Amino acid sequence: MKLTENEYGALAKRRSPDTKLYKTIPGAFVIGGLICCTGQLLLNLYSSAGLDKTAAGTLTSVTLVALSALLTGFGLYDKIAKHAGAGTLVPITGFANAVVSPALEFKTEGYVLGVGAKIFLIAGPVIVYGLAASALYGIILFITQAV
Amino acid sequence: MSSYLKNGTVTTDTLPSIVSYGTAVGRMEGDGPLGSCFDYVSEDSCFGENTWEKAESRLQQHAFEQALLRGSIAESDISFVFAGDLLNQCTGSAYSMRNNGLRFIGLYGACSTMAESLAMAAMFIDNGIGEYCAALTSSHFCSAERQFRFPETYGGQRPPTAQWTATASGCAIIGDHSAPPYIRSVTVGTIIDMGIKDANNMGAAMAPAAYDTLRTHFSNTGTCPDDYDLILTGDLGSVGSEILRDLFLQDGISLGERYNDCGLLIFDREKQDVHAGGSGCGCSASVLCGHILGRIRSGELKNVLFAATGALMSPTLVQQGESIPGISHAVHISAESV
Amino acid sequence: MDYLWAFLAGGALCAIGQLLIDLTSMTPARILVTYVVAGVFLGAVGVYEPYAEFAGAGATVPLTGFGYQLAKGVREAVTADGLIGALTGGLEACAGGITAAVVFALIVALLFTRGDKTAKITGQS
Repeated sequence: MKLTENEYGALAKRRSPDTKLYKTIPGAFVIGGLICCTGQLLLNLYSSAGLDKTAAGTLTSVTLVALSALLTGFGLYDKIAKHAGAGTLVPITGFANAVVSPALEFKTEGYVLGVGAKIFLIAGPVIVYGLAASALYGIILFITQAV
Repeated sequence: MSSYLKNGTVTTDTLPSIVSYGTAVGRMEGDGPLGSCFDYVSEDSCFGENTWEKAESRLQQHAFEQALLRGSIAESDISFVFAGDLLNQCTGSAYSMRNNGLRFIGLYGACSTMAESLAMAAMFIDNGIGEYCAALTSSHFCSAERQFRFPETYGGQRPPTAQWTATASGCAIIGDHSAPPYIRSVTVGTIIDMGIKDANNMGAAMAPAAYDTLRTHFSNTGTCPDDYDLILTGDLGSVGSEILRDLFLQDGISLGERYNDCGLLIFDREKQDVHAGGSGCGCSASVLCGHILGRIRSGELKNVLFAATGALMSPTLVQQGESIPGISHAVHISAESV
Repeated sequence: MDYLWAFLAGGALCAIGQLLIDLTSMTPARILVTYVVAGVFLGAVGVYEPYAEFAGAGATVPLTGFGYQLAKGVREAVTADGLIGALTGGLEACAGGITAAVVFALIVALLFTRGDKTAKITGQS
């Protein structure tokens, strides 16, 4: 090869087509927005049924998770995600899909070492760093309250 | 006896024949432009099995059986099987061959394995080792996805440079010199790493290896691209094959119409959602055995340079931030015996 | 009106995520971690609360909302129980979503056959 790694990297980049932003961004925006609208609909429904704000919020999350799990089971969530990208990744439905899909995929390795062990394969980091950040915040808050 | 020229190139003395070949593919490959070329197309991507790993082994068995059938060769006449696939510990091949009692040599060269196994089988036969040798590789989209990427039902977007692992297998059986196609020479490649780290851009990672092996082959054998009717790389896809053309253009060589890539042939990139094209050990194997060897046998193609390419990476090494080494082996398959 | 805000706010958060996918080399997992941690931070400094007030589900359904819930839970628990609240508050506030995901995942794993992107029709139970 006459090229250096840098020169080759530039050639490879020139020949690698970029993602079509005019397609992906509207896809993510619209589908992500619609998922949030569904959440709003559920939130309003549960609130008008007399639930308090916290309970309605929790039940909304649970319902969205259930819907996502069902769509994942039928193999439809990934079909939507192909067009939605971050639109199906960022909402809580994406978190549910990240938990359900490995559970389903790895059941051939058994319910303990397959499903049980691999269930947080993708979503694990979200819980790990979410909890760690919240614990750190709690400690800082405790110190500032004490001072 | 085979002679070693230099820098990895070996020429055969007896011109071993590819006496038979067989292919088996999945539904998408059957729906693709080469669908009618394949011997066995399964609508069931599980091939009647209950795991993707077993499905791949079954797929490989189908290709092997089709090759035996076409050549009317008894299984027991196969002296050595050179087989490989993409799965960890090469299990796709090991499990497909576990019950037939054949002498088994497992190979791993990622998507370059078909050229690797073909080269090994040809050199064995050329040196009088064994009656028939089988070169056999497979890949399955679903078993590869769960090992290298994500669960099937995970909602992820593939970038335009990503390639689609073909659910396919191809088997070539090499025997003593008889009818064409003949294997005239092989060039074993070196591992080339030009610093590409994107596991979704294998074509770019492998193109330099293809360039290096092809150039070495031309120079060692004193040939040029014009001496071949077809130069066929395995699985560079649209990105990698464009880069390969660019690299040759920098040397003032235009590959032109005679150049093609298995990853571009197996799928219809307009109609099938495969982004940059096909990949996987089975892609180049099935295209070679299903689409090319028959045309060499009939004399339609005289000289074909088959250069399968492989990305020698693992998810672990990619996560550790390492770049992706590529390799390519070239096999000169010819209809001419002089 | 709350639907419009939910759509716009939620859509915008997703569009930012898409920009990160397309223009940076960040993997989806890294983006999600970033979103959750950002949610905790914005919740902690008190920015997310007013945002959630007007955006509704547009703020709580995206994963930044998950982070915000964690921060809110910790704040309430630390205020009520002291330092131990730093360890209990977060998971308590998000228990519903996480447990639901696990339980439904197990149910789906039990009832459905695994998916197959190469098949025409997928995933019958």
